[in-house]
Amino acid sequence: MSLSPDLLARIRAASDEHGGPRAAMLEALKLIQHEHGWVSDGHLAEAASALGVNRAEMEALASFYSLIFRHPVGKTVILLCDGASCWLNGAEEVREELKRRLGIGFGETTRDGRYTLLNVACLGGCDRAPAAVVGRDRRLVGPLSPAGVAALLEDGL
Amino acid sequence: MTDLPLTGRARPDRRPHTLAEWRAEGGYEAVERARTMTPSEIIDMVEAAHLNGRGGAGFPAGRKWRFMPERGTSPGDGPSYLIVNGDEMEPGAFKDRFLLEAMPHQVIEGAIITARATHADEAIVLIRDEYRPGIAAVEHAIHEARTAGLLGDLTIRVHPSAGRYIVGEETALITALEGHRAVPRKRPPFPAQSGLWGRPTTVNNVETISLVPHILSLGPQRFRALSRTEEGGTKLYGVSGRVKRPGLFEAPMGTTARELIERAGGVSGDGQLRAFQPGGGASGFFGPDQLDLPLDFGHVARAGSMFGTGMLIVLDGSACPVGFLARHMRFYARESCGWCTPCREGLPLVAKILDRFAEGRGRRADLELLQMTAAEAAPRGRSFCDLMGGAMAPLASGLRMFAAEFEARLAEGERA
Ligand code: FES
Repeated sequence: MSLSPDLLARIRAASDEHGGPRAAMLEALKLIQHEHGWVSDGHLAEAASALGVNRAEMEALASFYSLIFRHPVGKTVILLCDGASCWLNGAEEVREELKRRLGIGFGETTRDGRYTLLNVACLGGCDRAPAAVVGRDRRLVGPLSPAGVAALLEDGL
Repeated sequence: MTDLPLTGRARPDRRPHTLAEWRAEGGYEAVERARTMTPSEIIDMVEAAHLNGRGGAGFPAGRKWRFMPERGTSPGDGPSYLIVNGDEMEPGAFKDRFLLEAMPHQVIEGAIITARATHADEAIVLIRDEYRPGIAAVEHAIHEARTAGLLGDLTIRVHPSAGRYIVGEETALITALEGHRAVPRKRPPFPAQSGLWGRPTTVNNVETISLVPHILSLGPQRFRALSRTEEGGTKLYGVSGRVKRPGLFEAPMGTTARELIERAGGVSGDGQLRAFQPGGGASGFFGPDQLDLPLDFGHVARAGSMFGTGMLIVLDGSACPVGFLARHMRFYARESCGWCTPCREGLPLVAKILDRFAEGRGRRADLELLQMTAAEAAPRGRSFCDLMGGAMAPLASGLRMFAAEFEARLAEGERA
C-alpha cells in the first residue's frame, strides 16, 4: 500500500517548516509511523523521493532513532523504563510479569498483534517508578507493580 | 510565590495555564520589560543574577550569551538561533518534564527574552518524543502567544525528537536538527560561532530558560538572594530511588541532601542511607558524610562529584550498588552514538563485566580492568565527547565506595 496523497503532501510541507528536505526526514518518518504504526522499506523509499533526498541517508537516520520502528509493532507498544531509579523500585518484577502474561520477551510482539514490549531509557517519571509509557499517545503510567500489570493490559486495549 | 518563582504558579494537577490565566498572574510582564532593554542590558542583569545553566554543566548563562554576535556582524547570511533543550533523558531527571507540561508559557517567555538577548531570529524547542503532554502544552502556548502578537518577530517552533540520549548533548542536538544522525561535534568552534547550519546558535536547558523571566521581574539582587550560595536563584531539585515520597522540590540553590531527602519522606527500603548521586546518573557517589553539603555546582564539584541535573538518586543499605551500577552502564552503553571506539566498545564491555559481578561471578582480573578503564577514561579521557567520561564518573567513585560489595561478589575461587 502506498502512502496517501495527503500524507505525501504533508511530508513535502514539512520540508519548508523544518529548514529543508534533509532536516525534514525525521518528521517524515514520524508522519509515516503515526499513520501506519511503523516504517516499511517501501514507505521510506516513497518519502525519500517525495523529499528528494537519498534513500540510504533516510535509512541511516531511521535506524539511528530508537522510537522509529522499522518492523511492524503491536497495536499497543509498552515502553518499560530500564533506568536506575525504576530498577531500585522493582522494575525487574514488573518486567517478568509482563513477559509472563504476554508470553513474549522484550523486543517481541504478541502473535495476535496486540502488544509489543520494548525497553526505554529513563522516562523522566522517576517520581512514579517503576514507570512505563503506553500506546500511541505515550501515556505515562506508574508506579507499576506486578499485581497491577493485569489492569494495565486491560487498559491498553 | 516569589520564593518559588519556577513552580509557585503551578497547579497540583499540572494543568497548564491558558494565556489569559497566565497573564492574570503577571505572565509576559517580563517580556514587556525586556522589550524596553537592549540585549546587552538583559545580559548584564542575568550576569548580576549569577544564573548558571541548569542542563548539567553549570556554565554562567550570561557569559554564554555574550558569545553571540550582534545582528549583521557575523559573516554570511542567515538567521541566528536559540535552541531550548528539552531532551531530558539523564537517568534520574524529571524536572524539565514538569516545566514543559505545567508551565509552558514560562518557557515561551524565557525563550522570547533569551532570543532578544542573544540576537536570535528563530527559536526551536527540542523535546523528547516520550513527553507528548509537554510537546502539546508548548505547541499550544506558542500558538496562543503568536495569536496574541506576543512573539514580535521571533519565529518559534517545537521539534519533537525520537529517542536517543545523545541528542541532548548540545552539539549532537544541532547535528540532529540538521537531519543527520546525532553525532556530537568538536568544540571549538562553539555553537555561538558556528551552530545550526553554520549560524550563531545558543543552546539552553528548559530550566535555565524558565528562570530568565524571573530575573527580569525580581531584579538580579532579589533573584540572587533566593539562593543560599554564590549561585543565584532557586533550583528545581528532585529526589528518587529509595525514598518514600519521590518528587520535585523547588528550593534555594545550596539546599542540602539531608533536607531534600527529608522532604521526600526519608529513605525507604531498610531506612539507612548508603549513598546518593547528587546530580543524576553521570555524577559520582556521595556517602552519608556529604548530607550537609550545600548542593550547587561549585560545592558539589569541589567535593569531587558533579551537580549535573541536580536530581538526586538515593541508595539505601539493602540496594545492591553493583547491580545499580550495571544498570547505569547498560544505559550509557546503549545510548552511545557509536562514533568513537572507546565509548562504543568500552561501555558494553564494562556493562557486561558489571552484570557478571552483580550475579556473583566476578573475576579479580575484571575488577582490575574496570579500575583501569575508569581511571583512563574519567573524567574526560579519550572518547570524542563527554558521554563516556560522564559514565565513568559513577563507576570510578562506585569502585572506591563499594569496594567491599565488589569484593563480596567475586566468584568463589577468585575471592582468596
Ligand atoms: S528511572 Fe525510570 S523513569 Fe527515571
